[in-house]
Amino acid sequence: MRVILPLAVLVVALFAASLLIGPAAIGLRASLHALVTGEGEAVVLVMREIRLPRALLGLMVGAALGLSGAAMQGYLRNPLAEPGLIGVSPAASLGAVVAMQTGLVAMFAPALPLAALLGAGLSVALLFVLAGPGGGALALILAGVALSALAGALTSLVLSLSPNPFAMMEIVFWLMGSLADRSMLHVWLAAPVMALGVGLLWRTGRGLDALTLGEDAAASLGIPLARLRAQVVLGVAALVGAATAVAGAVGFVGLVVPHLLRPLVGGRPSALLPVSALGGAAVVLAADIATRVIAPDRDLKLGVLTAIVGAPFFFRLIWQMRRGAE
Amino acid sequence: MLAILFGLMTGTSVLAAPQRVVSVNLCTDQLAMLLADPGQLLSVSYLAADPRASVMVEAAAGRVLNRGGAEEVFLMRPDLVLAGTYTARASVDLLRRLGVAVVELPPANRLADVPAHLRAVGAALGQQARAEALVAEFNAGLEAVRVPQVPSVTAAFYHPNGYTTGAGTLADDILSVTGFINAGATAGVTGGGILPLERLVMVAPELIVTSAPYPGASRSEDILRHPALEVLRAKAAARRMSDADWICGIPHILRAVAGMAAAHKALTP
Repeated sequence: MRVILPLAVLVVALFAASLLIGPAAIGLRASLHALVTGEGEAVVLVMREIRLPRALLGLMVGAALGLSGAAMQGYLRNPLAEPGLIGVSPAASLGAVVAMQTGLVAMFAPALPLAALLGAGLSVALLFVLAGPGGGALALILAGVALSALAGALTSLVLSLSPNPFAMMEIVFWLMGSLADRSMLHVWLAAPVMALGVGLLWRTGRGLDALTLGEDAAASLGIPLARLRAQVVLGVAALVGAATAVAGAVGFVGLVVPHLLRPLVGGRPSALLPVSALGGAAVVLAADIATRVIAPDRDLKLGVLTAIVGAPFFFRLIWQMRRGAE
Repeated sequence: MLAILFGLMTGTSVLAAPQRVVSVNLCTDQLAMLLADPGQLLSVSYLAADPRASVMVEAAAGRVLNRGGAEEVFLMRPDLVLAGTYTARASVDLLRRLGVAVVELPPANRLADVPAHLRAVGAALGQQARAEALVAEFNAGLEAVRVPQVPSVTAAFYHPNGYTTGAGTLADDILSVTGFINAGATAGVTGGGILPLERLVMVAPELIVTSAPYPGASRSEDILRHPALEVLRAKAAARRMSDADWICGIPHILRAVAGMAAAHKALTP
């Protein structure tokens, strides 16, 4: 509770900032007035159709990535597990790109998050088989690197073969992520799939706590391990799939956020889940605001900023692991 | 003057007309097809045969198509290569080192570049008389379609990824001779650049010109179906432009000018 309240306040503040900052210079009062009352044609359009969906998606995508990072790290008992780094987000991108290029999305819009969910789900399942609980960090990282290289290459291949000249330029989006020019349509597309993922992961807390004692101990405490695994796989796939389908693969959020917050909740995986969701939302909202402040006319990608902030954490983790091994 | 300049630059005599000409740039392709004698132009770029980019697909149909690679072009044994200044530098440098004469043409940034480019390619091909005839025809055609009023109606180009064409471009010049104010240029975009959707919404232009969608799917084109843009379009006039008419500074650009002049007429009482 001590952690949740300040984080919630931070998220609300960042959400408001995301609504108020943009390339069109609109005054504070004018924008809030237009958002609430719907008066003033152009300003209402900007606030309700452009900035509101962007802020909502920042909140949703960030929470989804933070939560799935915390769940994966809890289940694998490995602080390196991160959807973007070990191939889950790239696999979700691949699913989304295939669904778009085959024309499936044009016929049935929800095919976009569902195909991304399928890609993410397959990759998580594969990772858990290759490096499941008990498997070391090395197995996880090797499997993850291979998976993300493969998924990234296949995504580039599919886009390169597209007859559409713009598809090629989108490789950057699918590998780095962006929230520019999304609409409420994307919010409605992602929301139900994300709700499913949250529902699944929310109930894994007790199981993840028990798992910190080891698999045998957890089993003797009456934790159904097979069911826990299925919940984590599906929950992560739904969250990462929906987030990637609308915002591309945003890396490092699921790594940095749980890592930063873990000491504050005493290392308990169940307490880390809601806190990481809030932390993830704060990081993505802040990164998205930064893209608009630093280079408003350049469409700077979200993943660029999260990687610049996140990579040093990764170095630190590796450094700590090395010192621990010696 | 320009003809002499090009003659000096390439070292070819303007008197001895080249007989095996290869063009590797869409715009020089089309200029050369307009100006060359039958049999003089050996090969054009593959883009000249693409109806989305070229207005002279029929003329390109019977010719050898190239992709502009130095090896490929050199093996055609050309006595003159026509290239754009933005053609792959490495290929052009390599051809020059192999002793092939290369004439480079910059992209057209204004309608006034069209006569200059016709004359330059005409001189390179030894077809000065034909070039002069086309220049006279073009100038007369432009005078006939231009809108003499002071620009008053705002128009914006809006393309996939929020790309717009601002000041200092051919498209901007077309707007200025057809009575439009370019909202992209007003918003501070020079050349081509991104205009964030919310800035476009705040400008609320009276005419929005978008490009026709390409086959296959892309999320870059999603922005053209954004709800905010739909609202804007419902209030403004909308035109879908044929990209091929707008790309090159060739006489066919008058089609784009005529289209915009008609749009201006429809918008002003």
